[in-house]
Amino acid sequence: MHKYVIKRLLMLIPVILGVSFLVFFIMSLSPGDPARTILGENAPQESVDALRDELGLNDPVVVQYARYMGDLLHGDLGESYKSGRPVFGEIASRFPATLKLAFWGMVFAVVLSIPIGIISATKQYSITDSISMVFALLGVATPNFWLGLMLIIAFSLHLRWFPSGGADAGWKSLVLPVITLGTGCMANITRTTRSSMLEVIRQDYIRTAKAKGVSHNKVINRHALKNALIPVVTVIGLQFGSLLGGAVLTEAVFAWPGIGTFLVNSIKAKDTPAVLGCVIVFSICFSIVNLCVDLLYAYIDPRIKSKYK
Amino acid sequence: MNTSVKKRSMAAEVWQRLCRNKMAMLGLGILVIMILGAIFADVIADYDTMVVAQDMKNRLQGPSAEHWFGTDEFGRDIFARILHGSRVSLVVGLISVSVSLIIGGSLGAFAGFYGGRVDNVIMRIMDIFLAVPSILLAMTIVAALGTDLIYVMLAIGVSGVPTYARIVRAAVMSVKDQEFVESARAIGASSPTIIFREILPNCMAPIIVQATLSVAGAILSTASLSFIGLGVQPPAPEWGAMLSSGRSYLRDAMHITLFPGLAIVITILALNLLGDGLRDALDPRLKQ
Repeated sequence: MHKYVIKRLLMLIPVILGVSFLVFFIMSLSPGDPARTILGENAPQESVDALRDELGLNDPVVVQYARYMGDLLHGDLGESYKSGRPVFGEIASRFPATLKLAFWGMVFAVVLSIPIGIISATKQYSITDSISMVFALLGVATPNFWLGLMLIIAFSLHLRWFPSGGADAGWKSLVLPVITLGTGCMANITRTTRSSMLEVIRQDYIRTAKAKGVSHNKVINRHALKNALIPVVTVIGLQFGSLLGGAVLTEAVFAWPGIGTFLVNSIKAKDTPAVLGCVIVFSICFSIVNLCVDLLYAYIDPRIKSKYK
Repeated sequence: MNTSVKKRSMAAEVWQRLCRNKMAMLGLGILVIMILGAIFADVIADYDTMVVAQDMKNRLQGPSAEHWFGTDEFGRDIFARILHGSRVSLVVGLISVSVSLIIGGSLGAFAGFYGGRVDNVIMRIMDIFLAVPSILLAMTIVAALGTDLIYVMLAIGVSGVPTYARIVRAAVMSVKDQEFVESARAIGASSPTIIFREILPNCMAPIIVQATLSVAGAILSTASLSFIGLGVQPPAPEWGAMLSSGRSYLRDAMHITLFPGLAIVITILALNLLGDGLRDALDPRLKQ
């Protein structure tokens, strides 16, 4: 198992190399001149040329990339073209806010979706099932940025229960962004939990457990749930990627001071080092979550664990 | 002759199963209305006078008989803009999914068919793409290339490539050892012929389902990009951009934000209902 974890962690290296090259290459296609962006439209051409030399922008893309990766190995993500500050510091100061939002968004989604999915499956075709499936369908179809705006209209502008943006009001400022971010994930996880549970509760071993006189709750919680969790955990892992993407939009709606807002501003300012840094950090997070999902499989299903040995 | 009869009957069988699914029919009905609305948008509401021309005397009007969904901050009719915006959404949805399908599908087909080193190289590259959340990849591509509609479609299309590569690869691997492939090989068919004429037509079910659901994803991505200012630019009518411009008027004119959002929700809901219905119709085992 340890060997497997180490192997997977080592596999992150080519992924980071690949992602950084991909994003570096894409950003190099950008028609703007970073030196001009830094110095402003009215700066004299000589100063722009000098800065291009200083930043190494006249070198071929591959050379620039090699230099960037050399710095990255030392934990240096370069300096933001816009603020002039180290990108690492810019990201580190904003990362906790994004992590907090993503974490609570996922908690909100998982805590609500799994019980709803189980109830829907055990009471298939009941009114509860129909209502939860309608909400799940709507949750999947609703863009999170629109949901955020509707929540602001209802709970900030009319009821005045929660602030409409920022992160200064403690837990109150977290409520609307978390609901906004978590609703789509919740809907997807609910649908998967329901269909997975439906498949499991029709298995022979569940019928056997019931025939033996095991109580309904015990059959569901001890026998069915664990076996139904594999696809649910897969979806939770996959949802984390859309959660990170969704965090960018949610942060834009609620002016949340996280990496998402920083990334959008950096993209608009053509701040390549900042964009690269953000995308690399998002990708590392996503890859680590996928690794955690794979390890969770082993916990849920001992047959998978035996394969790792 | 027999094959065509069989093909027709299979399609008819799928269609019959689809027709029995009320939710899928509801989704299909909504989509047909939307597509008709998009086709006849110019007949229903003139682009120059109702969609882009400003009328400051009528700005921020609520819904009325004259303006069904009200007017925006420049006095433009929101219903007309949503109607014309559906053209943008549907075109971006269809073209970007085609881009994903053609590139990703071909890569996945080659990876699944040849296996070994070809498979390894292609799928490791796809893993790199998959490590970047798709909307972030699309944002980066649009940021680099520009916000023209063609680049938005390309960005969303490219970000969907790895999904199709995986699906098609799995589908190809599941049928490539079957007897009809061996027969094609025995009569001397080339590898591309075997892949595109023999294997792919026999594993279309998961591809069709994914394509239907991906159109919904692409429409959502387009709206997301426009919402943060990286997609279709004003004054062109696009649902995400309309939502974004309504943000400043949430208190006094929430209809500017409400109706484009509802248009997105209804479209995605319709596509998801149809996608789910198609999945059940193409593979009845899933439903059982």
